[in-house]
Amino acid sequence: MPSLAAGLDSHPGIWRGSQLARTGSPGIASGFAALDAELPGGGWPCGALSEILPQHEGIGELRILGPALAQLATQGKFIAWIAPPYLPYAPALAAAGIALERIVIVKTVKDSDSLWAAEQALGSAACGGVLAWPRDIGYTQLRRLQLAAENGRCLAVLFRPTQAAREPTPAVLRIALATSAGGLALSILKRRGAPLSRPILLPALSAPHAAAASSPHLRFDAHVVDSTASAAAAAGSISARLALA
Amino acid sequence: MPSPEPCAIAERQRILVCDAKAAARGLHAGMPVAAALALAPGLRLRERETAAETEALLGIAAWAMQCTPNVALDFPDLVLLEVSGSLKLFGGLGEIVARLRQGLAAMGYGAHLAAAPTARAASWFARTGKHCLIADAALLEDELRALPLSVLQSAKEAALASIGAGSIADLLALPRGGLARRYGQGLLDALDQALGRLPDPRGAFVLPEKFCAVIELPAEATQAEALLFASKRLLVQLEGFLAARAAGTRRLVLSLSHRTAPATRIELGLVAACREAAHFAQLARERLQQTALPEAVRAIALQVQAIEPLEHGSRNLFSDALREEGNWPRLIERLRSRLGVAAVHGMALCADHRPERASIRAEPGAKQLALDFELRPFWLLARPQALEENAAVPCHHGPLKLLAGPERIESGWWDGADTARDYFVARAANDALLWVYRERSPAGAWYLHGIFS
Repeated sequence: MPSLAAGLDSHPGIWRGSQLARTGSPGIASGFAALDAELPGGGWPCGALSEILPQHEGIGELRILGPALAQLATQGKFIAWIAPPYLPYAPALAAAGIALERIVIVKTVKDSDSLWAAEQALGSAACGGVLAWPRDIGYTQLRRLQLAAENGRCLAVLFRPTQAAREPTPAVLRIALATSAGGLALSILKRRGAPLSRPILLPALSAPHAAAASSPHLRFDAHVVDSTASAAAAAGSISARLALA
Repeated sequence: MPSPEPCAIAERQRILVCDAKAAARGLHAGMPVAAALALAPGLRLRERETAAETEALLGIAAWAMQCTPNVALDFPDLVLLEVSGSLKLFGGLGEIVARLRQGLAAMGYGAHLAAAPTARAASWFARTGKHCLIADAALLEDELRALPLSVLQSAKEAALASIGAGSIADLLALPRGGLARRYGQGLLDALDQALGRLPDPRGAFVLPEKFCAVIELPAEATQAEALLFASKRLLVQLEGFLAARAAGTRRLVLSLSHRTAPATRIELGLVAACREAAHFAQLARERLQQTALPEAVRAIALQVQAIEPLEHGSRNLFSDALREEGNWPRLIERLRSRLGVAAVHGMALCADHRPERASIRAEPGAKQLALDFELRPFWLLARPQALEENAAVPCHHGPLKLLAGPERIESGWWDGADTARDYFVARAANDALLWVYRERSPAGAWYLHGIFS
C-alpha cells in the first residue's frame, strides 16, 4: 500500500535503518552542501564529540571547519584551540571570516593538561567550539570528553592521527581525510545512522584557488609554476598573481 | 578544622571553652587547667586571644553587611543586624537566618542566632543560646519572661538572686520604683529597651575600605587541600565583604606564612571582576596544588587592595548552564590558574608585512582591528624550518612543486629584524599545501614557514 508506506516515511517516530538518525539538535552547517547532506542534523554535531583524522597535515583539515567556525564566531561564541600543533595564523583566520576576538588559544606542555583544558572548555558552556589536538588519548578519556561535550552543547572536534581509526571511539562522528586526485576525500567512518560506503569528494579544497574561495575578499588566480621555471619566477617574471577582488 | 585531639581554650589558668571531645573526657568551662590536663593528657591547650576574637567579630560584621546596611557590634561576642528593611529582598526572616547560618558555618564559626523586635532582646536570646525568631512584638514579652537574669551581664545578678529574683519575669513583677532605687536606673533601662519601651541607639559599624583577613591554622599544614579548606573560610568572608560594597575584585593575594621562611605569596588575577567565593576557591585550588612550599604553613592571610563596582546578578530563573553561556572570563581564569597566564591567550592582527609579526597575542575577547592580507596559511611554524634543496628544487618529504608566487616581502630594515624573502605556495609530494620562502640573499636558502590546512 503506497499510501501507508508514504505515511510511515513521514512519521517522525519511525526511523528506518537506511536513514540518517534524527538528532534532537540541528548541527552547525559545515558550509559544504555535499557534506551537510550526509551529516545527521545537517551539519557538524553540537553537544557531541567529532573526530577528524587527516592523513597528514596540510590537506585541508581546518578549511572544512572554516565556515562553521566563522558562523560561531559571528554569533559571539568563543572558539578554544587546545594544544594546536602549530601557531594558528591570524591573517588566515581573519580571511576565513573568523572573528579573532573570539579565539582562545591554550598551549599545554603535558597531555594531561590538554585533556583537562579540553574538558573544562567543553563542559563550561562558555565556548561555541572546541578544537583539540590530543597527542595520546585512550577510550576512557575520550568518554570523559564526550560527557563534557554533552553538557556544554558546543561543536567539539578532536584531531587525531589516522591510526586512531582502528580504535573504538565514543565520538558520534568520525571523518578520515585523504587527498584523492588533487581533491579532498572525506570518508565518514562513523556517524549517527547508516555508515557511508563511499567517500565524499570535495574536489576544490586542496587547490589554492579553493582556499581563496573560502574567503570573500580574495580571489586567487594560480597558474602552475614549473619547478624548472622557479628561478625565472624568482627573478621577477611572475606567472601567478594574487588579486584583491 | 577538626583536630584529632581534644582541644580547649584557657584564660588565666582556667578552661574557658572546650570542644566535644574534651567535654566527653569530663572537661568543662571554669575548670583549672591542671585538672583538665590530668583528665585529658593529650589536650591541646591554647591561650585565649582577645585581639583575634575582636578581629573575627569585625570580619563577621563586614561579611554580614551583605544582608543589611545597619550592623552594630556589641563587644566581645555579639553582632547585631537590623534586618527589617531586608526581609522582602531575601524572602523573609527564616531565609536570612538560614543564609547567615550557612555562611557562618562556611567561615568556620559556630554561632547562636536569634531575632527579636528589639536589639537588646535579640542579644539576650542569642546569649542564652536560645534559637528564637520572634517577628511579632506582641509575643516578645512572654518569651523574655522566661530568660534567666544572667543575660543582663550585670554585677547585681547575685544581689537579685539573693532576693529571690531568678528570671526576667521575677524582675518585671517587682515594683519599678524600688528596683531603680536599690539596683540603679541602668537595670530598669535595660529592661525597657528589651521590651521596646525605650530607644536603644547603637553605633553603626562602618565597613573598612580594604579587605584583609587572617586565619591561623590549628596545626601546621602542607597539603593543598588543607590549605584550601582554611582559605575557603576567608573567601566566604571576602564574598560577604564584596557583596556589602556591591563590588567585585580582579586581584586577590593569599599569603601563607611559615615558621622561619618568608611568606609565600599567591596572587590570583581575574579577567573580569568577580565576588563568588566558589570561583575564587576553584582558582585558589589550582594555584595551591602547583605552589611548592618551603615549609609548613602556619597562617593564611587574604588581602584585597582594589575593588571595583559589580552589579548584583539577578537571581537565576534558568539553569546554571544557560547562565554560564556568556561567562567565558570564568573559563579563561580557570584555565590560566592551572596552566599559567601566558598559556592561554587570544590573537590579533598587526599591521606588519613580516609574516611572523602579523599575528600577535592578545587578550581574548578584546576588540581588534581588521586588516587585509594576501593569501595566508592557517598554520604558521613558530620558527621557519630550513628545507633541503635538490637540483634547485626545495624538498620537504620529496620535491616541492611551486604553485603560486613569488610574493615578495621585504621589510624591517629599520628595527634590526631585516627580512627579504620571496614566498611561494608549494605542493608537497603528499599533496600537502605549504607556504615556503626563499631568502633573498646570495645563498638563497629555502624555508618552510606555513601550512595551508
